[in-house]
Amino acid sequence: MFIVKNKWIFLSLSIVLVSASLILIFTQGLRRGIDFTGGTEVVVSYNGFSANEDGGIKLDLIKENLEKSGFTVKGVSLQKRDTAGAYIVSIKLTGDVSPSERVNFENAWSFNHDPHYEAKQISENIIGPSVGKELTRKAFLSVFWVFVVIIIFIAFSFRKVSEPVASWKYGVLAVMALLHDIILPTGMYAILGKTHGAEIDSLFVLALLTIMAISISDTVVVFDRIRENLKKRKSNETFEEIVGRSLSQTLLRSFNTSFAVILVLIALYALGPLSTRDFSLTLLVGIIAGTYSSLFVASPVLVLVEKFQNRNKIKNKKKKKA
Amino acid sequence: MKEKTLTYRVIAFWILAGAVLLWYLLLVKTPDFKFGLDLNGGTSLTYVADLSKVNQANLEAETASSSISSTTGQKVDTAASAKLNVADSMAGLRDIIEKRVNEFGVSEAIVRTEYSTYTDENRLIVELPGVTDIDEAIKIIGDTPILEFKIVNELTDPETGATSTELVETGLNGNYLKKSVVSFDQLTNKPMVVVGFNDEGKQMFADITKNNVGKQMAIFLDGNAISSPVIQEEIPGGEATISGAFTVQEAKDLVQRLNSGALPVPITLTSSQVLEATLGDQAKADGLYAGLIAFAIIAILMILWYRLPGFLATVALVIYVGIVLLLFKTVPVVLTAAGIAAFIISVGVAIDGNILIFERIKEELRKGKNLREASEDAFERAWTSIRDSNIASMLVALVLFYFGSALLKGFGLVFGLGVIVSMFSAMVISRYFIRAVVPADSSSKGYKVMKFLFGSGFSK
Repeated sequence: MFIVKNKWIFLSLSIVLVSASLILIFTQGLRRGIDFTGGTEVVVSYNGFSANEDGGIKLDLIKENLEKSGFTVKGVSLQKRDTAGAYIVSIKLTGDVSPSERVNFENAWSFNHDPHYEAKQISENIIGPSVGKELTRKAFLSVFWVFVVIIIFIAFSFRKVSEPVASWKYGVLAVMALLHDIILPTGMYAILGKTHGAEIDSLFVLALLTIMAISISDTVVVFDRIRENLKKRKSNETFEEIVGRSLSQTLLRSFNTSFAVILVLIALYALGPLSTRDFSLTLLVGIIAGTYSSLFVASPVLVLVEKFQNRNKIKNKKKKKA
Repeated sequence: MKEKTLTYRVIAFWILAGAVLLWYLLLVKTPDFKFGLDLNGGTSLTYVADLSKVNQANLEAETASSSISSTTGQKVDTAASAKLNVADSMAGLRDIIEKRVNEFGVSEAIVRTEYSTYTDENRLIVELPGVTDIDEAIKIIGDTPILEFKIVNELTDPETGATSTELVETGLNGNYLKKSVVSFDQLTNKPMVVVGFNDEGKQMFADITKNNVGKQMAIFLDGNAISSPVIQEEIPGGEATISGAFTVQEAKDLVQRLNSGALPVPITLTSSQVLEATLGDQAKADGLYAGLIAFAIIAILMILWYRLPGFLATVALVIYVGIVLLLFKTVPVVLTAAGIAAFIISVGVAIDGNILIFERIKEELRKGKNLREASEDAFERAWTSIRDSNIASMLVALVLFYFGSALLKGFGLVFGLGVIVSMFSAMVISRYFIRAVVPADSSSKGYKVMKFLFGSGFSK
């Protein structure tokens, strides 16, 4: 089977991408949204900007106004233009807006309610710093428990095929594949943070957990086939051959399912609600990574584990003889 | 074999009939979906409760009880009682806020408490659908009315002869109120507020009035003296009349605030979220559109790839969508933008079971089995991988539901429901559809046509 034969080619691609992502995450950092840091986000629609002489929205001007009024602005960014031509702008502050500052705040972004701009608040989100800390902790905790639960589940459900590779090792490999699947989209966010100011938020965490939920089933399907083939193992068949055969038997299914899910995600990204757009993009990258990892990473590494065990066994035998 | 096919067809027919009924119920007979604030608009306010007083009281109780326990040698579980007190206070807080919100007539408001182990905060979360003015929302939650009764002592300086007044705390306050009503002075016809005390307050009020006959009693509301009548005699009945310069409306408002009760613990607003309904309408429309397109894509792919089984899987998928939507309505699941996304993705994931089975059918056919044998074996052999892969997915959904914040919980619930129903859809619904169309053996009429229809879209 070509995947097992060329495993190093496929594995090195993953290793390169994961390393690149990790380097990006640690050198560039991730921009954390107000869900994590606490702060204020107000979304405002401006109907009137296009009617101005020189047209177009002036984000700098909004920022300047807010700073003049004494607010610490984290960012002012254009979310999109809606179908009616209005500009949807997101304004982010590092602190909160107290009731006494509210009037000042509204005056600042609405240009003192200048009818030229037709500014109107659409949504407002003020998050206290303690909520953010808790979210961070919950996010890590959830990912951790997913790993624990998956290892235990796979170790249990593959217990009958612990030869030649112990069933808990399948679990560990599945979790490694999951890590691979969430590191790649996180790396993408490190880049998007620099280029587009993309921030990680609750929905990002949700996307990572969803990627794991979908991707784990891919890996389990392949492992299940290995399990089935191991039970009917012919005496002259090597473990490597069994893994290879299992992969080719599940390849079409993996491809078809992933292709369908990817098309669904593209539909969701292009047509779905604005608030879940970044979410769909993260998922898209994660699902592609997940399909790749269950076929080209988890199972080939399984073969490596078996080879490594064999080598040790032979070594041990030699030692005993000596 | 032929008789069996008939049985399968009857079952498949009843499944279809059930599906029609299901969709009829869904479209006509069931309540509307419940949408979250992000889709319907509204305000969400998060307060942190200051429980330092409750904790201090516990601490005192603890030292007291530990001294008792040292003499009696009994262990007193103070930690448990402290927790109970906190829980009591939070429950009391929730009840009072709920009452206030309901009095304002906000429909389907949600008031809940939450404890964060990490920050050691007790939170109160209030969700007000349809209220998009944050000032109004904060007003609804309202401030705690602080009602205090104080005795005015007149002091005469022995040297100068000048008089001054001193306020003495009586310990009687709004916590001892039972019920207040608006009443009108019989002489002046001015509105006044009659407050009734509970048993403890009644006793306190009787004692205070008995001991201070001839003195003034100052009644403070939120720190301002609103009236200071002279005590004529002991009042044992437990009713006090506050005849401040009220308008009728003011008197009514005060009564409402007094009756909705003082909060057992102080709260401060830490987070808030306001969402306009227009944004949500757009999101709902977009979600529906994306969902329909996604469904169409899947249907086309399935029919292209798997021909007749693909078509049957599409019918099963329609039933799947119906079941999940009905669950959303009846459980009910509060749908947010993320929840809708979860559902749309789950539709994509739901066909995985079918794809696994259909690939397996092709594999078994290649081994030379006839359609009937191949499909029966395929369902049997695909079962372990469908089971285990779905259990793995569901475990992740469970972790989301159990450990996640509100957003993750909702998503986990939607996704988990989707996975369970998709297993049923693949293993039961699709199975009977396939059984109903598959000829009993290769000598049957139309077997060749059927075999073509079971082939892959990309091969012969």
